[in-house]
Amino acid sequence: MAESAQIIRAEEIDPKFKYVVSKMHGAEKVTLCFQCGTCTAECPVSRFSDLYKPKRIARMVQLGLKDKILRDKHLWLCTTCYTCVDHCPQDVEIANVVRVLRNISIQYTESMPLVYRELAENLMKTGFVYVIPESRIKRREELGLPPLPKTNPGEILKIFELTGLSSLIKGSQTFERVE
Amino acid sequence: MVSGKPRYLIFLGCVIPYRLSSYEISARRVLSALGVELVEMPEYNCCGFPIDPVNHDTAVLLAARNLCRAEMEQLNILTLCNGCFSSLHKVNKMLREDKEERERINEYLKILDMEFRGTIEVKHLVHVLSEDVGFKKIKDSIKRPLSMLRVAQHPGCHIIRPKKVVGKDDPENPRLLKDLIGLTGAKCISYRGENECCGNPIIGVNEDIPFKMAKEKLDHIIAAGAEALITVCPFCHIMFDLNQPRIERIFNVSIGLPTLHYTQLLGLAMGFQPQELALDELRVKPTALLRKVFKENSSQKSS
Repeated sequence: MAESAQIIRAEEIDPKFKYVVSKMHGAEKVTLCFQCGTCTAECPVSRFSDLYKPKRIARMVQLGLKDKILRDKHLWLCTTCYTCVDHCPQDVEIANVVRVLRNISIQYTESMPLVYRELAENLMKTGFVYVIPESRIKRREELGLPPLPKTNPGEILKIFELTGLSSLIKGSQTFERVE
Repeated sequence: MVSGKPRYLIFLGCVIPYRLSSYEISARRVLSALGVELVEMPEYNCCGFPIDPVNHDTAVLLAARNLCRAEMEQLNILTLCNGCFSSLHKVNKMLREDKEERERINEYLKILDMEFRGTIEVKHLVHVLSEDVGFKKIKDSIKRPLSMLRVAQHPGCHIIRPKKVVGKDDPENPRLLKDLIGLTGAKCISYRGENECCGNPIIGVNEDIPFKMAKEKLDHIIAAGAEALITVCPFCHIMFDLNQPRIERIFNVSIGLPTLHYTQLLGLAMGFQPQELALDELRVKPTALLRKVFKENSSQKSS
């Protein structure tokens, strides 16, 4: 059952990548991971996936395998249950490291899962991540619920422009599924 | 807020108005009966949680904008959704404690003529019930004790983890929801993996893994002998109720486990009628459960 040996070529390595990652909010302690594997043993997704292994993600960052990890679609399999964050003996907030890598990956690969682009587009247009149909809004009255407060899409658009997310969405390719 | 009626801005988020009015209806019903005054959150937007994987700064700003709106109203926020609680509470805590980050975000917020000051609290429904209403008042409101029921809790991740951010319950042995269930008279049984994730957040990119996760949980719950599952998060609820028929089809099994919002269970115990709590909106019909509740209560009355 031994995994086939993977040869890492020196030119694949970006030794500074771990410093880039550890400057980001939530990923500060990624260099402290000593590969005990607690995160992976307790990860509910890892239980059902041979390819999503949080400790491997941390090691790839440490080794500087920038291109490989940023192109790895399995980054999108973390459910953010935060079990790994609670249990890491080195206080590496591994779920937040994954979030940081997802953020960087979108810029680096100019692609993101389709579902996230849809959520982002809905949000930018309406203030909510789902487009709430008119029938639903009308039905609230029949159900005795108060009217849904109006959103302020103008302000949301300002936020999206400020962070560059509006142009990021436009320029991104999408992919549907991660196996 | 020590004395007097607790007042909260109700933060509905996106998914509840989109497809889960049963949670909103039952929550408003029981909160109002327990003397919690709810004020509609004006001009709110998505809490930011779903967009965090795409762009962290956008998520923080969306949360901060909501927090600033609440600060203008000088009212604390009550969320019904674990995700909304997680995002708003985390950003509130971070901006309060991290001066550098607060200054950076406030610089951004100038474009909206807003400034984060850190003057309000964010609480999830379970916190308002336990901290503001209090166990005694809830217990006193019970008119129809549900002692004939054996149920299981699913607190969901984001009201228990990460511990250093949430800090209000023990993630290894979550008690808060269990104790709230206990107040209704129902027996909240233990099962393996009570504190585990429902799998919902990744369903948009992969369906196999979340359904396996949910199926595993349902197996443990059924094995422990629960007649219903109790949730306090719309995403978890969708996973176990709305998606339960799909899980049954995929794994070729029959499960039929009614999954109630905690506010529906509490409402039943407080004496509300099933339709007042939108129990008819559940995908997995709680017919047998309701029959048991009403049969036993009527026989208690007649004896």
